[in-house]
Formats: sequence, structure tokens, C-alpha cells
Amino acid sequence: MNHDTYEADYIRDILEGVKTVAVVGASANQARPSFFVTKYLVDKGYTVYPLNPGLTGQEICGRTVFGSLSEVPEAIDMVDIFRNSEAAAGLVDEALDLEPKPKVIWMQLTVRHDEAAKKAEAAGVRVVMNRCPKIEYGKLSGEWGWVGGNSGMISSKKQSLHGSGKMQSLGIVKR
Amino acid sequence: MSDNKPGFDTLAIHAGAKPDPATGARATPIYQTTSFVFDDAQHAADLFALRAFGNIYTRIMNPTQAVLEEKVAALEGGTAALATASGHSAQLIICHSLMMPGDEIVCARQLYGGSINAFNHSFKSFGWNVVWADIDDISSFEKAITPKTKAIFIESIANPGGRVTDMEAIAAIAKKAHVPLIVDNTLASPYLCRPIEHGANIVVESLTKFLGGHGNSMGGVIVDGGNFDWGKNKGQFPMLSEPNASYNGVTMYETFGNIAFAITCRVLGLRDLGPAISPFNAFQILTGMETLSLRMQRHCDNALKVAEWLSGDPRVSWVSYAALPGDKDHEMQKKYAPKGAGAVFTFGLKGGYDAGVGTVSKVELLSHLANVGDTRSLIIHPASTTHSQLTPEQLEKAGAGPDVVRLSIGIEDVADIIADLDQAMS
Repeated sequence: MNHDTYEADYIRDILEGVKTVAVVGASANQARPSFFVTKYLVDKGYTVYPLNPGLTGQEICGRTVFGSLSEVPEAIDMVDIFRNSEAAAGLVDEALDLEPKPKVIWMQLTVRHDEAAKKAEAAGVRVVMNRCPKIEYGKLSGEWGWVGGNSGMISSKKQSLHGSGKMQSLGIVKR
Repeated sequence: MSDNKPGFDTLAIHAGAKPDPATGARATPIYQTTSFVFDDAQHAADLFALRAFGNIYTRIMNPTQAVLEEKVAALEGGTAALATASGHSAQLIICHSLMMPGDEIVCARQLYGGSINAFNHSFKSFGWNVVWADIDDISSFEKAITPKTKAIFIESIANPGGRVTDMEAIAAIAKKAHVPLIVDNTLASPYLCRPIEHGANIVVESLTKFLGGHGNSMGGVIVDGGNFDWGKNKGQFPMLSEPNASYNGVTMYETFGNIAFAITCRVLGLRDLGPAISPFNAFQILTGMETLSLRMQRHCDNALKVAEWLSGDPRVSWVSYAALPGDKDHEMQKKYAPKGAGAVFTFGLKGGYDAGVGTVSKVELLSHLANVGDTRSLIIHPASTTHSQLTPEQLEKAGAGPDVVRLSIGIEDVADIIADLDQAMS
């Protein structure tokens, strides 16, 4: 699969279809991108497992931090990688050893490893690279437009409010 | 929705716009509100810290403005945009995001007089120094670059004479020096030219002109090309690449990916300097944009006919309009703006300064005023008005010498425009 561009529906299916997300390389520092993403995913209703061996047992955004993928007490639907590309390759191997395997491996901005992606896809796992789930959710929901962002999408359907009922929170359910 | 990319006219109408989720309103509501309610204290904290998308205060963002911003970004092919109170304030915020006191910006001499003025005078108060270059000598841009250069600034189609700039050649110089190329696309609009496709990193525009199109609302816009590596050289663009103290250490280019420049302009420049566009003006402008293609093509077709008529008139000594086959920028126009050369161009009267002043006084259909990009045809004598703060040498270089009359041809019946010029020149 070509990982230079993704169809909107591919990303939407992934973000609608996953429930549990392991954020690998999560930071407790509120200024870091991984904290932003952890917070956003929690607010959108995902069950987030922050992973950081240096912070095991502590809490990030109200979620207990684990040391590694194998320690997570629930099946992981999506592995979200905030590490560099070389580390990502090793994490893909770890993820493919999980029982059950995750449905999706997601690598953050600037993280890309085409060989590891091929390996994951051969094992039936979907892959997204060099993207941020917060940015992609933002584009699909329309929240991205609130900061003047070009989502690249147009629609005459009403925007969907997020199921949580929070003010100023949009969802990505396609009408 | 299929993923086939929508065409320009579809985007002009639909980009950024969605039916209101609460009421189903189809046209964009005018959110004439200064502030927005929070869910709770945590929600408020998240918004202020940029951890959540949402509306806080109309100085920083507003849902009507957001529709305008996404629309402009989509038409220009940028990743994000920021609307401001005026084109001038958009320029101010761009420079504020890029430059510290002592830094330099390389600018083409062939610019709108207001930009020349701002760079020569007001910007000195901030310690920003302009180094002038010339679009007729591309090497002048390279020679102007020093270790303190933070950007190059040009106009795609330049005011007042409609000169067409060789963007790609200058983009190559900017890329080599690793400084962003800023292109003021006001006279062209994205209908005629999309600078990001030619290597621009930032596009700036006066929405007051062709995008709004009806001469009724002030506005400006900054478009992020999403194609510049702000963090490549440590310390070069600190506002973008260093942890920001007013956001608890967030680093803009790291956190916001390819919209980092637009975000920086909004959450630092606009937040602190404050030139916010009014929601009503944003509504007027985004509505005008829906007919951009139709209006721009009529502007171009009319302007060419007027330029041709002027070229044959014995009272006229020269016409500067790139769509005319003999014009020195004709090949450049065919390359960068093949659909047309826009509505703004200049001509010289054999009677010189006095004939210029006389003509602008006698028009009945054309409006004598300082503006361009209206449905109405406009006329002005730059040497005594828009470019009057320039030295005689600067005036000549800018194409605004004493005999120069500038036109912004509107979308009236062209026969009426020509008839009015004919009687006014007598």
C-alpha cells in the first residue's frame, strides 16, 4: 500500500473502528505533542493506555501508565507510536507478537518505516505513518477548520456533534 | 463523499462551509459574539493551552472567520490560513512571527506603495530592516541575502503596473538560502495564480480587494504553504522552533506539523497584537469569494479590451498590461497567470502629470478612489496619492512616475468603461 497519501475513508474507518489505544512514548509533560494527543483521544472517548517505562504506575490524563505493550491488561486495537522510525520498527515486531494482534499500527509525524509497515500489513494489520490521529480526527470532524486548517474535504451534511455532549466537540460519524 | 478532488469553483463555494449543526442553517452564520462559553474549568484550560480545538475569543478565532480561512487555504492550496483586519496587519503579523530586532527582509522594489512605506518607515520601529531587490534583475535577490535575512517578499502580479514576477527563480534563491518566500497574491487572486505551486512558502493577500470583490469590507489573510522546515537551523526562527514561554513550553513547529506557521501567527501574533477581522466582514468576504472565478474572468476580459483600446489611442504614450502581446511581461504572464493578467494596470498620458490629474477628475463612471479589486472600475494617479510618500527614484522604480495613471477595471459593460475614459481624457 502507498503510504504517501491516505484516503479520508481509510482514516475514518480506522478512527471509528478502534476503541483501545496504546500511546507508546507518552509524556507527562503537558507541553509535549504526545500529551496533547493522549488528552485529545481521552476526550474523544478512546480507552487510552499511556506507555512509558520511566513513568510506570503514574497517571497521565487520568490513565495509569504501563511500561510496555505486553503489560497492557486489555486487547490493544491501535498502537500509536511517538518514537523515532528505527524504534518504530522494533515496536512493530513487539506489536505483532501480541495476542490478539492489534488492528492498527499508527506512527506519528515524521515517523515512517516502510519495511516494518509491509511486515505488519502482511500479518493483516492496517498501518498509518507520518500522521497524527488528533490532526486526522480534527480534519474529519471539522474541528480543524476552527483553526483555519484546510481539511481538504467538503460536505453539505450537518456536522455531527460528539457523542459525549461536550460543548465544542465534534465527532467523525459519517451521516 | 468521494475522494476526487473538488474543482476550484466547487471549493470557492463549499470549502470551509458546513450546515450549522444546531440549526441546520445553510449559509454561514455571522457569529457576532466576542466570547464563547466553556464546558468547565478543564475545558477552558485546555483551550487556552492549545490542547483542544475550539473557540475562546473573537480576537483569536471565530467560527465565521474559520469558514473564510479554510476557504482561502483551499483555493490557494495551503495547509491553513489566518484572517486579519487588513492586508497590512497580515504583513505585520507575518514579519512579527519571523523577525527579531536587527533582522532583515529582502523585498522587491515593485510593490504596492503601502507595503514600500511600511517596510521603509513603520517597520524600522521594530528594528526590522528592508534590503531592496529588483524583479528585473533576479540576481539582486541573491546579492541582498545576508546571515540576518529572514524572508524574501514579492508580489505575484505587482502593483501598480501589473508586472509579473518570476516567482520560481526567486523561490530557488529563497530555498538555497533557507528563508521563506512570501508572495503577496492580492492582484492575481488564486483564480489567476497560486504562488504555493511555484515555490512560495507563505501567501499574503488583502481580502479587501478581489477576494471580497465588492469594495465593502476590509480584511487580510495569511496562508501557510505547509512546506518550510522551520526547525532546520537552530535559532533561525525562534518563535516557531523554540519552546514558547507563554504556552508552558510548547514548541509550535513540533506540535502543529504543517500548519505551524499559521498557528504561530494566530496564537502569538494575533493574540498579542490584536488586528482581528470582524465576523461581519468575514461573512461579506466569504460570500464574495463564492463568485471569484466569474468575477476574475470578467475583470481580465474587460481589462484586456480597455488596454487594447488605450494602446491605440493617440493621447496615450504607453500601456503596461502583461496580457498585451507586446508587453515585456507577456511571456511571464502566460507562464504564471495563463487565464489573464488581472484588472490592475497602468498607462501614461502624453500630457504628463497634469493630464493624469485632469483625467481622474473628469471620470463619471469610473470612481476616483484608493482601492483595487471592486466590481466597479476605479482610477487613481499614484504619484500624488498611493505612492506619494516615495522619493522620485522610488516612484520610477515602482512604476508610479508622474505621468502614470492606474486603473482597476471592474465588471461593468466594457463599452461603458471605454466611453467614460474617452471623455475623461479629452
